[in-house]
Amino acid sequence: MELDTKKEDDLKYKKLCIAGVLLAFGMALCGLAKAQQDTIKVGILHSLSGTMAISETTLKDTDLMMIDEQNKKGGLLGKKLEAVVVDPASNWPLFAEKAQELLEKDKVAVVFGCWTSVSRKSVLPVFEKDDGLLFYPVQYEGEESSKNVIYTGAAPNQQAIPAVEYLMNEVGVKRWVLEGTDYVYPRTTNKILEAFLLAKGVKPEDISINYTPFGYSDWQARVAAIKKFGSAGKKTAVVSTINGDANVPFYKELGNEKISAEDIPVMAFSVGEEELSGMDTKPLVGHLAAWNYFESINTPANKMFINQWHTFIKNPKRTTNDPMEASYIGFNLWVKAVQKAGTTDVEKVLAALPGLETPNLTGSMAKVLPNHHITKPVFIGEIRGDGQFDVVWKSPTTVPGEAWSRYLPSDKDIVADWVTLKCGNYNKATKTCSGQNYK
Amino acid sequence: MKKLFLRSGGQWLFLLLLLASRSAGPLYAQSSSDAAFLSTVGQLRTAEFDAKDKIIDQVAQTGHPSVRPVLTAFLEGRLYYRTQDQKIFLVKAGEEDSTTLDLIDPLTLKPAGSASSDSLTKIVTNNHLRRTLQTTLARYGLSSPDAAVRLDSVRDIERDLDESNVQLLRARSGVETDPRVKEEIAAGLALAALDGSDARARLAAVSTLRNSLRQDVLNKLQGLIEKSPDGTFAESDERVRDAAAAAVKSITRRRNFYSGIETLFFGLSLGSVLVLIATGLAITFGVMGVINMAHGELMMLGAYTTYVVQVAMPSHGEISILVAIPAAFLVAALVGILIERTVIRFLYGRPLETLLATFGVSLILQQLVRSIFTALNRSVVTPNWMSGTLQVNDALSITYNRLYIVIFTMMVFAALLVVLKRTRMGLEIRAVSQNRAMAKAMGIRSEWVDAMTFGLGSGIAGIAGVALSQLTNVNPSLGQSYIIDSFLVVVFGGVGNLWGAMTGGMSMGIVNELLEPYAGAVLAKIFVLIALILFIQIRPRGLFPPTGRASENQ
Repeated sequence: MELDTKKEDDLKYKKLCIAGVLLAFGMALCGLAKAQQDTIKVGILHSLSGTMAISETTLKDTDLMMIDEQNKKGGLLGKKLEAVVVDPASNWPLFAEKAQELLEKDKVAVVFGCWTSVSRKSVLPVFEKDDGLLFYPVQYEGEESSKNVIYTGAAPNQQAIPAVEYLMNEVGVKRWVLEGTDYVYPRTTNKILEAFLLAKGVKPEDISINYTPFGYSDWQARVAAIKKFGSAGKKTAVVSTINGDANVPFYKELGNEKISAEDIPVMAFSVGEEELSGMDTKPLVGHLAAWNYFESINTPANKMFINQWHTFIKNPKRTTNDPMEASYIGFNLWVKAVQKAGTTDVEKVLAALPGLETPNLTGSMAKVLPNHHITKPVFIGEIRGDGQFDVVWKSPTTVPGEAWSRYLPSDKDIVADWVTLKCGNYNKATKTCSGQNYK
Repeated sequence: MKKLFLRSGGQWLFLLLLLASRSAGPLYAQSSSDAAFLSTVGQLRTAEFDAKDKIIDQVAQTGHPSVRPVLTAFLEGRLYYRTQDQKIFLVKAGEEDSTTLDLIDPLTLKPAGSASSDSLTKIVTNNHLRRTLQTTLARYGLSSPDAAVRLDSVRDIERDLDESNVQLLRARSGVETDPRVKEEIAAGLALAALDGSDARARLAAVSTLRNSLRQDVLNKLQGLIEKSPDGTFAESDERVRDAAAAAVKSITRRRNFYSGIETLFFGLSLGSVLVLIATGLAITFGVMGVINMAHGELMMLGAYTTYVVQVAMPSHGEISILVAIPAAFLVAALVGILIERTVIRFLYGRPLETLLATFGVSLILQQLVRSIFTALNRSVVTPNWMSGTLQVNDALSITYNRLYIVIFTMMVFAALLVVLKRTRMGLEIRAVSQNRAMAKAMGIRSEWVDAMTFGLGSGIAGIAGVALSQLTNVNPSLGQSYIIDSFLVVVFGGVGNLWGAMTGGMSMGIVNELLEPYAGAVLAKIFVLIALILFIQIRPRGLFPPTGRASENQ
């Protein structure tokens, strides 16, 4: 009997507990709903775990820093910005799920996110269906222009083509190794570069294209092959679209095989200050990289940005890099567009964006073009012993981003224009718009 | 008449100058050439890269005693100017990265105080300029007392065989004593002679070069025998052509032989990495029958231990990796024992649950490391004695780090065999793995042996991590990229057999490297996988299946 009453007491207690929890939950929900009215939600869709965490975590921190900074200035349209951070875990389908969550559940005004092209392709249908707005901050292979995406990273004509032109004209390279990781960005970029080189009169036997898997680490045979290809008596260069992780063993092997930048320079499109900070850079001195920003570029805006970053991340040794600058530009463009439109409504912000200008960190202006790409200066840097770059060449003016490459026969008639044509892939020859089907 | 006067006037002026300089003492001449030198070097501050090339030539021609140190500093990125007064300084070697730089005066080469790096601007070089600088400086290196420096200098000069450089080489060949340098000079002179007009000299040059193994020599000779579209040969003399053709054949044959050896070595080195990562697993999976999905993370812990040891002893960068080997063994072994005691021992005999549980452990370990060290790559410095190549001859070079890893694997493997075959612990491990009940009956604490065995396998994984830190990225997902390979090797070699892991790993490495040049990295891997699947169909228990009574327990 006594036992029974105790059981009953327990049960009562449990019910009380549940009621309490429910109440608390309800209040929390109310609180949330209330908070929602006073803030503008900003979605951040970068992998914080998995293989891409190494690169994307930095961009999440950059976005948070920019939001923090904007809130210190009094927010936007009189409201505070609120970051909604999700972790798509380097898992491409999860990117789409998380994007849907941000757009449909959290109802964010804008999303900053993605790194790899495959993750961007994965969220594209979600953004187009839910009419979201994505700022994509990484250099990519082009052949795309979505109504709902602003591409603040470099298109091939703002990175790859000028880099190859530099090697051809300034270094006098006659023989080309196009070395890449086996996925969409290197394959498309190399397709464009090959067409470009052939158009410039390079013989097919002087071009060697090779792909290796993600995270490839056994470079000895490939490096030996490059050495052999490069000893045919003509100046040879490697154009590398090797993805982040595989670079360390690649450069290590180059250093060990004593292939110096003076013999066979390597021009990389995915190696920046951040990647170099995890490498022993002594053997790499003189190898090249093409970007639209380098940390070592000495401008007041860049100095301020670096200081701000060091204070925010509480580590004076952290480097800045090109995708961070692209995130910075993207955020500032969005803020300006919202201020111009007077609302965060995606349709109106998108209408306000083309033509907007904001200063970049290297002393010129980033202007949004009708094809949703921006203008960017191009820099070529040589790796220094301390993991930074010495700029050895810069484009005379900023270069407008081209969504579709003029060097690919299949692309040369296609233009993207969201102001007059309202189409991302308008074929000038047939005068048709193929809608959102890019391929 | 006027002309003559002018000329003689010029001579007079020259004589006068000579006299003046004599009478005024060396000080006057010195300071005027100092000023000229400084102003020439000074042009580097603002010049475009194209113009810098010519300025380097002009600097070299001043003949000033500081030419060599200044150009060396320029080559090494140690040439700066003070932003405030545009004065040129050298910076002491090895201090380029610090915030205050010790300055050296370019004329006297004596210390000239220090300045903060913000107040100085570096005069930058690019690849092309560095090449020019190297060739320019090589002329000075020819008279170095060090034979190795002379050899490098000759090689640098050979890249640019113009008349003055050929003269330099010819002059040096008369006084050179070192046989290797002498040979290199002879090759250089022969290469230059191939462009000469004397057919007999060209023939002699070809016969000098036929013993060479160098690719550039081969290219040059091939150029001689190539027929241009209009039917003429680059080389007009038929005898020289025939000799060149024979030389090309001989050089190609010998180069092919050495490239075969090189491929074999590549295979061995890839194989030894596979063996190293699989031996630990051969013990835990093979001997104990535990599918340990966290094996890769134990390697990752070993790699991070290497990093921590390196950071902990910053002044001993050359030997920190040697300290890291026992440290990584201990860390990984302790973590392994912890996993065994807290998770795996409750799941013996239930392979699927073990697989899932250890997979969970692997995720926990990854996130733990990610929280402590962040997801960024950590840079493990390769010590000097491990970097560079062993140049066997002009056609064959072997990288030291790979060579050491092959040797290291052999040593680890031998040590492991000794432990298993010669020690009491090894005896107990073998006893428990063959017949647990009987071993228990003989008074062996089988639980303790299980923990020790797992610790041993994990420790070896930690050691593999030290080796991997030299080859690949040190980041939290390091282990994931190797776990599949290590399982493949163990399954291929035969479960529970160390020799199986050795043969399996080595043959997989060699086959992979043999296929790769033809099939590419992706296809080669696929071929190896398919071959492995077919092989398992024929011999389900691998290369060296367990035999006798032990096989019945498995």
